[in-house]
Amino acid sequence: MSSFPLLSTIVFAPWLGALVLGLLPGLSARASRIVALVFSLSTLGLTLAALGAFDPQNTNYQFAENHPWIPALNVHYHLGLDGLSLILVALTGLIAPAGLLASWRQEREPRFFGLLFLILQGAALGVFLALDFFHWFLFWELSLVPAFFLVKLWGGPDAARAAYQFVIYTIGGSAFMLLAFAAIYVATGTLDFTALAQIGADGALAENLSALGGVWPKAVFLGVFLGLAVKVPLFPFHTWLPSTYAEAPTGASMFLTGVMSKMGVYGFLRILWPLFPAQLHAAAPWLLWLALGGVVLGAFAAMRQTDLKRMVAYSSVNHVSYCLLALFAVCGASAAHSNPAAAAAALSGALLQAFNHGLSAAALFFCIGVLESRRSGHRGINDFGGVRSSAPLFAGLCGVAMFSSLGLPGLNGFVGEFLIFRGVWGLAPWAAVVACLGLFATAYFLLTFWQQVFHGPARHESTTNPFRDLRAVEVLTMAPLVVLMLVFGVMPQLLTGWFNPLVTMWARSLASP
Amino acid sequence: MNVTPLQLCLLFSSALFCIGLAGALSRSNTILVLLGVELMLNAANLNFIAFWRFSPSPAASTGVIFVIFAIAVAAAEAAVGLALVIAIYRHQKNIRLQDATQLRG
Amino acid sequence: MNFAVQHLWVIPACPLLAAAISFSVPRQNRRVSAGIAIAAMIAAFVFSTFALRLALANPALHQTFNFGWFDVGDSRVELGWLLDPLTAVMCVMVSFVSSLIFIFSLGYLKEDANFKQFFGYLSFFAAAMLGLLVANSLLLLFICWELVGVASYLLIGFWFHKPEAAAAAKKAFITTRIGDLGFLLGLIWLYDRSGTLLFFDGGHGVLESSVLSMLAVQTTIGGLAVSTAIGLLLFCGAAGKSGQFPLHVWLPDAMEGPTPVSALIHAATMVAAGVFLMARVYPLMSADQAFASVPVHALTVVAYVGAITALMGACIAVAQNDLKRILAFSTVSQLGYMMLAIGVGSWVAAIFHLLTHAFFKALLFLGAGSVIHASHHEQDIRKLGGLRGSMRTTFVTFGIGMMALCGVPFLFSGFWSKESILHAAHEWDGSVVPFAVGLMAVVLTAFYMTRLMAETFFGRSRSAAAEHAHENSRVMTVPLVVLAVCAIALGFIGTPAWPWLQSVLTGVRIESTSIFAGGALMGVSILLVAVGIGSGWFLYGRRVRSLDTAPDALGRLAPRLFRFLAERMKFDAFYAATVGRLNSIMAILADGFDRFIIGGFVSAIGWLGELTGNINRATDENALNSGFNSVSERIRAAGKSYSRAQTGETHGYLRVLALGFVVLVILVLSGGAR
Repeated sequence: MSSFPLLSTIVFAPWLGALVLGLLPGLSARASRIVALVFSLSTLGLTLAALGAFDPQNTNYQFAENHPWIPALNVHYHLGLDGLSLILVALTGLIAPAGLLASWRQEREPRFFGLLFLILQGAALGVFLALDFFHWFLFWELSLVPAFFLVKLWGGPDAARAAYQFVIYTIGGSAFMLLAFAAIYVATGTLDFTALAQIGADGALAENLSALGGVWPKAVFLGVFLGLAVKVPLFPFHTWLPSTYAEAPTGASMFLTGVMSKMGVYGFLRILWPLFPAQLHAAAPWLLWLALGGVVLGAFAAMRQTDLKRMVAYSSVNHVSYCLLALFAVCGASAAHSNPAAAAAALSGALLQAFNHGLSAAALFFCIGVLESRRSGHRGINDFGGVRSSAPLFAGLCGVAMFSSLGLPGLNGFVGEFLIFRGVWGLAPWAAVVACLGLFATAYFLLTFWQQVFHGPARHESTTNPFRDLRAVEVLTMAPLVVLMLVFGVMPQLLTGWFNPLVTMWARSLASP
Repeated sequence: MNVTPLQLCLLFSSALFCIGLAGALSRSNTILVLLGVELMLNAANLNFIAFWRFSPSPAASTGVIFVIFAIAVAAAEAAVGLALVIAIYRHQKNIRLQDATQLRG
Repeated sequence: MNFAVQHLWVIPACPLLAAAISFSVPRQNRRVSAGIAIAAMIAAFVFSTFALRLALANPALHQTFNFGWFDVGDSRVELGWLLDPLTAVMCVMVSFVSSLIFIFSLGYLKEDANFKQFFGYLSFFAAAMLGLLVANSLLLLFICWELVGVASYLLIGFWFHKPEAAAAAKKAFITTRIGDLGFLLGLIWLYDRSGTLLFFDGGHGVLESSVLSMLAVQTTIGGLAVSTAIGLLLFCGAAGKSGQFPLHVWLPDAMEGPTPVSALIHAATMVAAGVFLMARVYPLMSADQAFASVPVHALTVVAYVGAITALMGACIAVAQNDLKRILAFSTVSQLGYMMLAIGVGSWVAAIFHLLTHAFFKALLFLGAGSVIHASHHEQDIRKLGGLRGSMRTTFVTFGIGMMALCGVPFLFSGFWSKESILHAAHEWDGSVVPFAVGLMAVVLTAFYMTRLMAETFFGRSRSAAAEHAHENSRVMTVPLVVLAVCAIALGFIGTPAWPWLQSVLTGVRIESTSIFAGGALMGVSILLVAVGIGSGWFLYGRRVRSLDTAPDALGRLAPRLFRFLAERMKFDAFYAATVGRLNSIMAILADGFDRFIIGGFVSAIGWLGELTGNINRATDENALNSGFNSVSERIRAAGKSYSRAQTGETHGYLRVLALGFVVLVILVLSGGAR
């Protein structure tokens, strides 16, 4: 097993699919959809294969591949998998096929759509598995290109503006990150994450950087931080998000919210935290406020949206901010008053939340997409009514997704939020209290959405044209997500088991620096 | 006053040059102007020969080589000149130099 | 022995399975779905009875079975089952009442298109409720607590095409959610301090002395003991679920659901979950009692909130005209009684009242359902009337329920449980206020129930619907009769003469005393009941209104007070003006903040970039480019003027050449002189 480059296969299988689609211009619409779906499913299959050999107790990188690539620059082709990567790769494996299935009835150029989608998927997987900044950054930036075209070419009426805003915003952030890493390279001579993490843990990174000049440690930290914060997005760098998510085609929205926002969270955990523990600790009290801003204002802003997609987009801001809230609370706690149990809970919660939000937000975006498709592009909160009477199955599945999103116990969303609150309470109680406002507002706007769209008398539909319930392919998209919500709600140990030793190690290393 | 052979030669070539110049300036027939120009050229050739002949080291035949080159170039030039004259003739049916002003800037 | 406890999950699993089957079979399978649901409920009842026997047979008070759920860091989140008399008694009550209400629903929803769905939801509710009861972990209890809330949400909104029902469902969920946030915070605080959420865990559980004494001595903001603060946070959850002031507003609106739902969830079981929770965590709530120095005891707050709720609910019920709303406010008031009992330290009395109330209130609601069903969904008491003759069984059973609720002495269960609460309140040394409030509520309860009886069943029918009403089928009347029997019989398990329930719940044998032990107190309360019924009859019963538009008797006496009460003391208007408005202001602020401040900031940056670009372009075009252009323009002009020398006249050139020659000669000659 060790000789077979499993991780490279995971990363490049979707790109192979893209190549196939690119080289066969005569492919029929149906055939190209099937090809795209098969290659997209490869991730899920390969991840399951990796699970068979994955040892959760081993907190090092597994299936590692490390080859010299550009010796002159000390760049290595380095891939590795640990618990953190694993659940995000698994999430990608789930969301990407769902996104393609959601676009099954997309009539315009399905071949090109599938091609871009597969490139996007491969890039995201590369981000989650790469361990050298050089190609990590390549994957990171490469993910923007297909995302841009997906939004611009298949998006809504205002898609061009949204796509430009998205790309410029994100590139603006990552430009700072690139500069920061250039400085890091100058200071240390390596770009390997494991090596850098070691240097960061010793505190040598800051020393090396301050050798370049007094402001450099802070400036470099800020640069990396900005790049990641825009991607997540952390409040107040989130303004690109609502319009992009709202204008993107349904499948792309699912992938953007389900996977791409997790790239930022991943970056925080994999890069910023190991490399700059001291700086993050110093900045955490301020960052905690920003995360709280995302939690509370995101939820309240969602309440005001009449465009359903924008509403779900704001709820994403709210949910992703919980992950960062947990991380910042952990980083902000001083070593003297460390609370390893709370830290472990917060970090586990953050990882669970990342995964669970991927599932539930993707499902909700899909539901909005279905609503939109039935009403020829209308998706205002007042454009619907009484949908539950004519489409009970849709209402049921969407209801599960909605309750999962508002953190109902028994569904997946609860466990993550419970652990985050439990952890944050132990580290910064006031923050947990403020974040409760976000929980309340989330329940409020989601139920308002539900009441307006599904309940009440049937509106805007004639008797000859009732709201059509889900088609087979739509059930196929939605049902796996809903089943997983139930499964992971009842048995979170299926997820936590993979990363718990890793999280335990993190929490311990916090307690004894 | 003691006239050296060199001075005689130079006087001769000067005379030749002046005849050529006067011819070139005063004639309106293009061919005659060309003839004048040839005369001036040959005056210069004569100078080359004279300075070479009466120089401190006439062993190296530099002057002769100059002159042979100049004659060859002058022959080529004459050929081009005559071709131009024919072209002008074709164009304006005479070879009056005063009428050939169409190439002005 | 342990085997039984280990398999306690079977009790909630029965209805859960029924719910799963109901959801997965096609819509037409009405009989299958209902049959399985009722069978599962009866099975759960049988198992609960076994559990009760086991609990009584075992000398140990608490039998537990704990298991790990998932690992977090080095610790493990544990859940568990708990079997003790409290759990067992509650399970029996819930499964028994549920079974009867399921059967009643067969008739009540006979014509509904979503019949199958209804039994699925009901089963799901029963599963969550039973799970809540058998939980040995506050976390598991919280999980079931929320699921119960969802079931309630779905059932209130069962007729979702009605906008009022949809709005009421949302209101119920949101209001209880506010309380649940407090619950959640209390829960994580408790978890953070104790590292476990198990109630009983061989000495390490949160309700056992080692943890409790630790929590009681730690203090937090305001000098509160940590146990007090946690207890109060948990009480927030209980207040939300049990409709306590100030979170009671959702409960009357919840009557938009089908009447069996109101009976089962919003009268008998779910709303009592808050009381159950308080009884369950009573050791935690009372942990601070030993310390006189703390600013406030958790139980004191509970007692006062309960007292306020009891009085307020009873007052508002006086002025309502909707049959079900009156009963709903009566429920609010009775739940206040139970909280009051817990607050004054007698959780046993609270549970006793909870049990009796569950039966007679379910009876009242089902009776109301019977009336409503017979009179084609007319539930305004002004338009009913005269049903005494046409609906005999309903009248008699409803009357029994009414007397139990009023506390008519000796025969009816409500009397005994209410007596025990008043007794406990009387003996409380904290203050006399809860006791006085309790007595006042006794009068009001008797008054409004008499009004309800008189208007509904006496006089003559005031609408066509009520005129044509006739008794319902057996499937609906049999549950009424069974509940009526229980509403009488159940009182005798807790009389002072035979305090069986009290002994069982506390695990301490309580000596029986004379029925008339608290003689004076009992006399006063009997007198108050008589006053209430008498005044009610005086105002409403002697001359029942003859027109549905005729003004209310009390409304004539005190019109402004009556209107204030009819508008539910303006709570909804007040909340809409404060909380609701605050909420929308927050939303507007958040949205505006996003749109204008951050959006504006971002556009300002964009604008700045554009400005720089413009300046750059202007410099290029005007300054740099124009300089370059003008220079080349001059050069061009110069070239043009020079080209004028090119005349094309060959002689001219030659002349210039000659002139140059002459100049050269002159220069050479003048230079040669040197």
